[in-house]
Amino acid sequence: MDIVLDALGTMMAPATAAFALAAIGLNFHFGLTGLLNMGHAGFMLLGMYGYGISTQHGAPIWMALIIAIIAATIFGLLLGWPTLKLRGDYLAIATISAAELVRYLGRSNTLQGLTGGSTGIRGNDFKFTFEELSPLPDENITILFWTNHGTKSSSWWLMIVAWVFVALFALLFWQLARSPWGRVLKGIREDEDAVRSLGKNVYSYKMQALVLGGVIGALGGVIWALGASVQPDSMGRPTTFWLWTILLLGGAATVFGPILGSMIFWMSLVIIKGLASAFIPSSVLSPVEIEPFSLVLVGIALMCLVIFRPQGILGNKRELAFND
Amino acid sequence: MTDVFADVAHEPGAKKPDPIVIADHVHRHFGGLTAVDVEHFEVQRHAITALIGPNGAGKSTFFNLLTGFDKPQTGEWQFNGHSLVGTSPAKIARAGKVRTFQLTKALNRMTVIENMRLGAAEQRGENFFNALVPGLWRSREQEITKKAESLLKRFKLYEKRDDYAGSLSGGQRKLLEMARALMSDPEMIMLDEPMAGVNPALTESLLDHIVELRDEGKTILFVEHDMHMVRRISDWVVVMAEGSIIAEGPPNTVMSNTAVQDAYLGAHHDTDLSEDAS
Repeated sequence: MDIVLDALGTMMAPATAAFALAAIGLNFHFGLTGLLNMGHAGFMLLGMYGYGISTQHGAPIWMALIIAIIAATIFGLLLGWPTLKLRGDYLAIATISAAELVRYLGRSNTLQGLTGGSTGIRGNDFKFTFEELSPLPDENITILFWTNHGTKSSSWWLMIVAWVFVALFALLFWQLARSPWGRVLKGIREDEDAVRSLGKNVYSYKMQALVLGGVIGALGGVIWALGASVQPDSMGRPTTFWLWTILLLGGAATVFGPILGSMIFWMSLVIIKGLASAFIPSSVLSPVEIEPFSLVLVGIALMCLVIFRPQGILGNKRELAFND
Repeated sequence: MTDVFADVAHEPGAKKPDPIVIADHVHRHFGGLTAVDVEHFEVQRHAITALIGPNGAGKSTFFNLLTGFDKPQTGEWQFNGHSLVGTSPAKIARAGKVRTFQLTKALNRMTVIENMRLGAAEQRGENFFNALVPGLWRSREQEITKKAESLLKRFKLYEKRDDYAGSLSGGQRKLLEMARALMSDPEMIMLDEPMAGVNPALTESLLDHIVELRDEGKTILFVEHDMHMVRRISDWVVVMAEGSIIAEGPPNTVMSNTAVQDAYLGAHHDTDLSEDAS
C-alpha cells in the first residue's frame, strides 16, 4: 500500500512536472522539427542559474524568470547559429558538448562567487521570492494520504504552479502543432530541401524551434530548482537521456506524451525501488545498489519500448516512430 | 499556336524571343572535375524546354545551380530580369520558380492535404506569433484548402486526401510533388526527371498535365532521360554533355545532330572494329 501511495505521490510531484515541462520543450525540437538536441539539460541548468543568481542579487521573481528565459535564448542562438545549416547529427554533437560545458563552467572554482561552484546555490538563497507569493499556510498540510509543506521547497504551492505551467505549455504545443507554423516544422522534420523548394526559410524556422524548446527547458529547470536546489551535477548527461526516455516513452509529437512519459518514468523508479527493497534481501542487493539497479531496469524497459512500440505509448506509428 | 521558335537558331546558347531565364558563364567544378560550364543559356517563356544528355552530363547540377540549391564558382543568371546570384532556394521559390526533385520528396509522414497546404504562399499563420491567434489565419487556411482540393481533383489524388503521403505509390508521389509545387502559382516549374519510376499508365496523364500547364501560361523546364517523352511534349530541346551545352533545337531534329549522337553513342560508334583485330 505504501508503494502505491508513494508512486501516486511521485506522479504529482513538482519534479515530475519539471521533467514533463522540459520534455515538452524537447518535443518542439524532436517531435515537431526533428532536431536532435542532446544537451537539453544544459538549457535547464542555464535557466536554473539565470533564475537563482539574479534572485540572489535582488531581482524580483518576474525579472529572474525573464533572465532565465534570456539565458536560454542566447544559448539556443549560439548553438543554432553554426550548426543548423549543417546535417542533423552536428547539432547533436554540439549540444551534448555545450551542455557539459555549461555544467563544467558552473562547477568551476573560478566562478565560485557567482554559481557556488560544485555545491551550487542553496535553496534558501533563491527560493524566498517564490515562497513569499504562496497563498497557502506556512505549515505541513495533509490532503487525502499525502502530506507536504504548504509553501516550502517541494510544496503544494510549487506543485500547483508547476502543473499549471505544464498545462499552459501543453496547450501552447497543441495550438502551435496544428497551426501553419507547426506544419512548416513538420515539413522540415520530413525533408528540409522539399520545404526550401516551397519557399520557406528553413534556417529561421529551425532556430525558432530550437530557442522556443530551449526556453521551455529552462523553465522546467527553474521548477526543478525550486523543488531542490541549483546543483550543476543534477543536470548532467543522464538528465538529458532521461528526458529523451520520457519523450519517447510517452510518444513524440503528441500533446500528452511528455506528461504521461514523465509520470510513468518517475513512478516506475519508485515502484521498482520499493519492490526491490521489500523483496530482495540486502545480502543480495544492498540499499545503495538499489538505485542503480532500478535505472538498469528502466533502461531495459526503454529497449523493449523501442523494439515493440517504437512510436511510444500515445504516438502514431505512421507519423513518428523511433526506428525509421 | 504559331511557332515562337521559328526564328531561333539551332545552335548552343541560341537567343530566344522572350526569355524568362538567362544564364551566362556558369561554371561549377568539384575539385578538378568540371561539372557545369555553360557559356550562355536561355529558356523561352510559356514553353516546355527539355534538358537532356547522357549520364554525368551535369544536367542535375545545372538544375541545382539555377534553383539555388548549389552555388557555382562563377557565373550570372537571372529570372524575369532579376539577378539570382547568391539568392537562397527559398527566395527563388518565392520569386515564382519552383522545382521538384529527381528522388521524389513527398513529406511521407504528413497527409496528402497537409503536403498541399505547405506549398501555399502568403499564409500569415506561418509566422510564430500569428500562429498563436487562429483568427489571423483561419480564413486564408480555408482558401488554401479549397485550392488544394481542386488541384488534388485535377491530379486524381482527391481520394487520397487524408492518407499519409508515404502510403502513395511512386507515381502518385510524383504527381503530389507536382501538384504541391503548383500551390504557390509559380510562373515557372522545373521538373527533375518527372518520369523516373512512374508506371506507363500514369506516364500518359503526367505528360498531359505538363502540356496543360504550358497551355495555362506556365513555363516548364525539365530534365529527362526518356526520349519518347521528350519528343512528345517538348517545344525545344537543350542537349548537355560533359558540363556544356552542345546542341539546341526542336525535338524532331535535334537528335540527328552529329554532336548529340557522338555524345550519346561515342564519337566512333559507327567505326567497324572487326578490321582492327585482323
